[in-house]
Amino acid sequence: MNTVVHVEKLRKTYGETVAVADVSFEVYAGEIFGMVGPNGAGKTTTIECLEGLRKPDQGTIRVLGVDPQRESHILRERTGIQLQQSNLPDRMKVWEALDLYASFYPKAADWKKLLAQLGLEEKRNAPFAKLSGGQKQRLFIALALLPDPQLVFLDELTTGLDPQARHAIWDLVRDVRAQGKTVFLTTHFMEEAERLCGRVAVLDHGRIVALDTPAALIHNLDAEERVIFNVDGALPVGFENALPHAARLEVQGKQVIVHGKNGRQVPLVSEVVSLLTSQGVAFRDLRTEQPNLEDVFLSLTGREMRA
Amino acid sequence: MKSNNVIHSLSKMTWMEAKLFLREPASAFFTLVFPLIYLFMYGLISGNEPTPMYGGQRTLDVAIPSLTAVIIAMAGLMSNTMTMATYREKGILRRLQTTPVSPLIVLAAQVIVIFTMTGLGMLLLIVAGRLVFDVCFEGNALSLLGGFVLSSLSFFGIGFILAGIMPTVRTAWVVSMVLVYPMLFLSGAFFSVEVLPAAVQKVSEFIPLTYVVNLLRGLWYGEPWGQHLLDVGVLLGMLILGVVVSAKTFRWE
Repeated sequence: MNTVVHVEKLRKTYGETVAVADVSFEVYAGEIFGMVGPNGAGKTTTIECLEGLRKPDQGTIRVLGVDPQRESHILRERTGIQLQQSNLPDRMKVWEALDLYASFYPKAADWKKLLAQLGLEEKRNAPFAKLSGGQKQRLFIALALLPDPQLVFLDELTTGLDPQARHAIWDLVRDVRAQGKTVFLTTHFMEEAERLCGRVAVLDHGRIVALDTPAALIHNLDAEERVIFNVDGALPVGFENALPHAARLEVQGKQVIVHGKNGRQVPLVSEVVSLLTSQGVAFRDLRTEQPNLEDVFLSLTGREMRA
Repeated sequence: MKSNNVIHSLSKMTWMEAKLFLREPASAFFTLVFPLIYLFMYGLISGNEPTPMYGGQRTLDVAIPSLTAVIIAMAGLMSNTMTMATYREKGILRRLQTTPVSPLIVLAAQVIVIFTMTGLGMLLLIVAGRLVFDVCFEGNALSLLGGFVLSSLSFFGIGFILAGIMPTVRTAWVVSMVLVYPMLFLSGAFFSVEVLPAAVQKVSEFIPLTYVVNLLRGLWYGEPWGQHLLDVGVLLGMLILGVVVSAKTFRWE
């Protein structure tokens, strides 16, 4: 696999604050690589060091084979960057922004195609200030794709968007990858990381605490799953004792939750359903909840609130 | 980045900034319309009679260089400062940093646009003054242009200093207002300083715009540059100060 980003022992401090303590990882060509972490974990600092916008205190960074600090001009022409916080002048129109930014690149992509591809044709003449949050983000993705980049950086792409806009943006990111580009993104939505990313790095206090595919991270957590159902009457007296080993029962009014791990041969849900059937319990609305990336995230980074 | 690319980007950026300037009602109004309204007010109130306040010249004849000074102060200190402070606060300059072009092109485009608009404001005054009020111009056009270039650039320099050191758009707005309005009244741009009390007249010597008013009025009447060495010296000093200080204090984010 071709390495697109190589980071070794990256460290960045602001005065007394250590933003990134010691981070090493690689991103391979054609993948969507995600970086997740609580606020202040060092995600944006890391991505901005890769983009060449910040100078690391220590460590080695190679992006597309070059040092982002010393050869930033090469990177600027080959990478697309969407910043966490940026804007265009309020009265600049969508087409004007694309036309202007296209003039900055020696081999710019056709912005009229991008306009169509990102569903912004109707908003062609709309001033920036009149765009919705989702439309602004789509415009920023279009600007990031103008250089026809090999690598695209997306920092907190869907923060503040409604679910429709978020799903539309996810589809766009998948399209970008389908064109053979590599995507590096940061997010604090675990669902986003789980659905989009081939591999995810969990960052906490400036260090990577886990890095793997979402499925492997979840599997390694070895967390319990939950079987949830409603019953009208009370459960039979012997129900709890008949549950598989180590499963726990939680009753909230009509709702019953069984916490437990899947058995070696039989999944937890099968055992619960066959027990309910054999004891003649009428149940409704049965569903299961698998552990997800959010559980992994919370177990790795703790549940206490961060500033 | 090749130089023909830079020129291509700069011309696109300049055209864009020009459109944005004209779309911003306040900046277009204060630069292009407001001075004209003032000129017509002068014309209607004072008429064509010579006034002893201006040494026998008509108020209107003095109005064009004075109102040009007003435009320079407003464009250089308000439009310029506000645009740059807004671009920084909103991350527009930062977005430019992620592209192959230097964010310096936005500064260059800004100077070209503000300068052109200020010049256009002066041109409108001259055309209206000649056509409607038959204002007389006794100076040398090139000389006047030279004085205008020096005055404008020295004020843009101060605008860039302000944009660089003001922490937010709000403070930049308040500070530029606080600086510009007293300057307009104390520099002699609206009425001759001689009508003010002696103590206040002393203050006008410390107002940079006074030197713009003196230089432009003098050149308008055809006085030689030699009579305005003090004005030229002060404005050149401001220009150099503006470039040096703003280069040190300007922040992209």
